[in-house]
Amino acid sequence: MKVSSLVCVALVLLAACGGKETATTSTSAAPAPARQAVINGAGATFPNPIYSKWFSEYGRLHPDVRINYQSIGSGGGIRQLIARTVFFGASDGPMTDEQLKSAPGSILHFPTVLGGVVPIYNLPGVTQSIRFTGPVLADIYLGKITRWNDPAIARVNPGITLPPADIVVVHRSDGSGTTYIFVDFLSKVAPEFKQKVGVATSVNWPVGVGAKGNEGVSGLVRQTPGAIGYVELIYALQNKIPYGSVQNKAGGFVTATLDSVTAAAASASTSMPDDFRVSITDAGGKDAYPISSFTWILLYQNPTDKQSASTMVDFMRWALGDGQKFTSDLGYAPLPQPVVAKELQALQKIQL
Amino acid sequence: MKQVASRDDRAYRYTTAIVAAAIVLLVLGIGFELTRQSTLAIQKFGFGFWKGRVWDPVSGEFGALPFIWGTLYSSILALLIATPVSLGIAVFINEVSPRFLRQPLTYLTELLAAIPSIVYGLWGVFVLIPIVRKLEMLRPEWLKNSPFLSGPPLGVGMGAAALILAVMVIPFSSAVAREILKGVPMNQREAAYALGATRWEAIRVALGYGRVGIIGAVMLGFGRALGETMAVTMVIGNNPQLSASLAAPQYTMAAVIANEFTEAADELYLHALIEIGLVLFVITIIINALSRFLIWSMSQRAVAPAPRPVVATNEAAVV
Repeated sequence: MKVSSLVCVALVLLAACGGKETATTSTSAAPAPARQAVINGAGATFPNPIYSKWFSEYGRLHPDVRINYQSIGSGGGIRQLIARTVFFGASDGPMTDEQLKSAPGSILHFPTVLGGVVPIYNLPGVTQSIRFTGPVLADIYLGKITRWNDPAIARVNPGITLPPADIVVVHRSDGSGTTYIFVDFLSKVAPEFKQKVGVATSVNWPVGVGAKGNEGVSGLVRQTPGAIGYVELIYALQNKIPYGSVQNKAGGFVTATLDSVTAAAASASTSMPDDFRVSITDAGGKDAYPISSFTWILLYQNPTDKQSASTMVDFMRWALGDGQKFTSDLGYAPLPQPVVAKELQALQKIQL
Repeated sequence: MKQVASRDDRAYRYTTAIVAAAIVLLVLGIGFELTRQSTLAIQKFGFGFWKGRVWDPVSGEFGALPFIWGTLYSSILALLIATPVSLGIAVFINEVSPRFLRQPLTYLTELLAAIPSIVYGLWGVFVLIPIVRKLEMLRPEWLKNSPFLSGPPLGVGMGAAALILAVMVIPFSSAVAREILKGVPMNQREAAYALGATRWEAIRVALGYGRVGIIGAVMLGFGRALGETMAVTMVIGNNPQLSASLAAPQYTMAAVIANEFTEAADELYLHALIEIGLVLFVITIIINALSRFLIWSMSQRAVAPAPRPVVATNEAAVV
């Protein structure tokens, strides 16, 4: 009886000591210094692969820093940033004035990488790449052009025999930055689209079928003869999905590539507002791909946690510099140099 | 000794009471929280939210009717397909199948219940939708103009959603129906045979005896169909419109929440989405209450003329 209780006490003590021991060793594990700073962020899913890469590369250079990123969607990221449950947010669309006003402090936008949206289609028997203009895409998504051999499509595709097939319109069903960029472009080039549909991550589509995610849209388009859809450029590149070219503001038909997307940002950089809240769809340059967009990291101008703030600013400097070399491998278009320079200046606004 | 036992009994009783109360509190809590978080939409649209046909996040106009319609229509269609099949499976396994096939068949139908809904969704996208599209292309002209089958051959739409829901509901309904049939005492069938009934007539007697439980099995499937999200959104076409056509893309409440919640940044939009959740919650409660009432009224009627079977059911339940 007595022995067993003694053993019990000993075991309890041992367990307690052991627990304490492991706890101390884990925080002061050999390579990592005594305190690892953890910064939490949340937001857009589109830049998640490059952000994950950046955070892990940066973590390797700075073992005392760990940046967590939850890709919960742009809307969720903005909500959590406003509620101050995360240190930084990330969004595929700039915050609205209303959202900025509802935040407890002033929020700054920092473009990190670029993305593009491309039209994909399924036309059996047509091997050439189809050309689209903004107004044609708008009319298709408004339900005004319903057949592939419509004169409006035929006019910009001389030499291609278009079938008299019905157009099956496919759009994203989930709220998405991809939709935002696409409808932003259509609203800029077609007043009727702007008035009837408008710009948001989810819109009230007049026609068509909704599919979830890039994979849903491309799957449905691939299966349905006569279908048209839109997906992220990265997704199309990675899955080798052929896509059409789109006419830009200068009048040229541009096929989306990382270069033509960066060109769109470069041509917009001359008129870049100081808060970087700018849409670069329908950009002016000759080589600019018109359905391009920034994706942003959102930071408070006067953060409460000063230590995290200086770490985050250091990370941003790295991401805009060395970090940009990781973009192309992952299918993102890198930022043009003038934008990076302007951002490095803007980073100084953050009160450390 | 006796005292100890009664103390344990009391502790047991309290513990179970607390757990049971927690469930009630949880349901109340969900209802309260859904209402609290959708106040903006409730104040702005009132009851009009239930009748509104437009869902426009850009202009901030929100109505739930197309989603309510899509949810109820797809679930009811799924039940119409799943109920006879589930009953058929249950009857076959219990009454007709050779003994050596029973175990594997039971196992296979239960396996269907274990498949994650995203896998059903993928199967729907890659297998079911092309088949549905082919069927839609085979429609003769007069069918293409009938209100129930009008529309271009998209493959995705209400028909595909109802079919996939039916497949997902069948394992649940058939498992419960099988248990119910198993619980029907042998003497019921023996009595039927003694009166000169054929095998089919004897099975009908057994089904009639277990009808309360079978309604329960169907309702269980209905509940599952109402809330199913992933597989449905992948095949239904996600277009909020009121249409009776099986070929038309439509939308459900669970699907719109799953699709749009992550990107909904403005307050009213978010509240409207949560109110959709509230509407789904209320509709689920109403349907459950109705099915309870149906079961209750049927068992009342079943008891009156024949008190004996009730005793038998109790025995079966105890066993």
